[in-house]
Amino acid sequence: MVSSVIFFLLAGFAIACAISLVYHKNPLYSAISLIGVFIALAGLYVTLAATFIAVTQILVYAGAIMVLVVFVIMLLNLDEDKPLNRLRHLYVIGAGLGVALLAQTFFIFYAVLKTPKTPAEPDQLAGSPMSIGLAMYTEYLLPVEIVGVMLLMAIIGAVILVRKMEQPEIEALSEDVSDKRIE
Amino acid sequence: MESALQTAFPFIVISVGILLAFQGVLMIVAYTVLAERKVLGWIQGRIGPNRVGPWGVLQPFADLLKFIFKEDLVPDKSTKFIYFLAPLVALTCALLPIVLYPFGPRIADPLGWLVPYTAGIPYVGDAMPWIAEQAMNMPLTIAQLDVGVLFILAITSVGVYGIALAGWSSNNKYSLMGGLRSSAQMISYELAMGASIIGVVILAGTLDLNGIIQAQSAGPWYMRWYIIPQFIGFIVFLIAAFAETNRVPFDLPEAETELVAGFHTEYSALKFALFFMAEYVNMFTVSVLCTVLFLGGWYTPGISYIFEVGSIPYALASHVTFLLKIFGFLFLYIWIRGTLPRFRFDQLMSFGWKFLLPLAIANVIFTIVIVFFLNV
Repeated sequence: MVSSVIFFLLAGFAIACAISLVYHKNPLYSAISLIGVFIALAGLYVTLAATFIAVTQILVYAGAIMVLVVFVIMLLNLDEDKPLNRLRHLYVIGAGLGVALLAQTFFIFYAVLKTPKTPAEPDQLAGSPMSIGLAMYTEYLLPVEIVGVMLLMAIIGAVILVRKMEQPEIEALSEDVSDKRIE
Repeated sequence: MESALQTAFPFIVISVGILLAFQGVLMIVAYTVLAERKVLGWIQGRIGPNRVGPWGVLQPFADLLKFIFKEDLVPDKSTKFIYFLAPLVALTCALLPIVLYPFGPRIADPLGWLVPYTAGIPYVGDAMPWIAEQAMNMPLTIAQLDVGVLFILAITSVGVYGIALAGWSSNNKYSLMGGLRSSAQMISYELAMGASIIGVVILAGTLDLNGIIQAQSAGPWYMRWYIIPQFIGFIVFLIAAFAETNRVPFDLPEAETELVAGFHTEYSALKFALFFMAEYVNMFTVSVLCTVLFLGGWYTPGISYIFEVGSIPYALASHVTFLLKIFGFLFLYIWIRGTLPRFRFDQLMSFGWKFLLPLAIANVIFTIVIVFFLNV
């Protein structure tokens, strides 16, 4: 009883935040709504006994990524969105994607109804940090390594992109580019 | 009726625990403010507050009354909703970690001694043995989470929004500068803080705060407090903690000489008081974290020889040593505020990224190598 009340509170909060995220004209309000969605999702993960994933969700999404988003919005001091008439044809694609998402949701409902209900084993610690760490370094070692290399590439790329170069270096670079164009 | 009481009992216990813990922490925080003014006074050759009550002991309450009764000014061109939201976010994120504080060891039978005294009283006498049995092996923590350290880090990282949004919504250039500085500072030092904790987590093998204390009490003599094997981690954590709580020498978000009062320039009355309280509760939280991770939390060697483990006096003595360690850190905060000048902003950033973070990562690698080869 208590758990379903908590579920509906969190789910309702997440949906309300998601709606306000889409419909707000002010980008900062949208960003704050997105933080609300993340926190509500983290609450849902806690009710599913996946505390590690819940905490990681808050730490990474709400705490780090959204801080950067809010930072950019504050620095650029964006105005309210103007109605974009020239992008009206995208509404059709949006509607199509929405219908696809709805169909997917109903399919998941259907699949859950069809599967036989088996009670979870009580000693199964699927959400604990220990089991996640073990799975990451045994069963899923290759994906973890690939993601690690990709993140390293992204970090190095970001450092190179924002590095201040001396004027001769930039000129040398642009000369290279123009040479290639002539060829 | 009886069964209803029995279902409600755990909720009553948790409510009482939350009430006691929050009230206790807030009282300590209120008196930290008084202690800060007193100690700063002594450092600067003054007396400090001494008018309200004997030795100024009622000063925190006088301050609170003043905050409540002051006029609440809201800037005309501010973004109202976010302006009201920001102090709430700041204080909520500061108060949430209280539910995880490990205040003391488990007590084997906390209420058993009450049973003979209440035997004659109607209703209470009948219920008392059952209540005493329920309270067996009582932990002095409100909630035990197997990812406690991560939870506290996550909540404090959400606390940045309070300051950043306050600075932005006030529609004041000094506030905005303060808010931006603070977010940049907190993002930078969070990394060093997290990396300095990894060493402790590797040694303890758990992210649970009580588990880390237990691991410290079980090891050989040089592992009793992790400050000995993790001294570099301790120093990095302490410096990052000062930066995370925006305290001197890292108090650039509210540098008076350049930014008036930084992110809370436009806040007055109770809204300012919420920010003020959030800052001191955050100080208390990082002190608790530092105590638990590096100084053994409530575990102090020697107490188990004097009192029996699991008895009430043992828990009380452990709790007192826990508080004493925290008071030590709070005094360190005040002491440093009285002695050190402020960093420049570029110094702060290069210190965090070019010195503290590499040091913390080197510490992690060093710890991994040692643990791998020596199997400690």
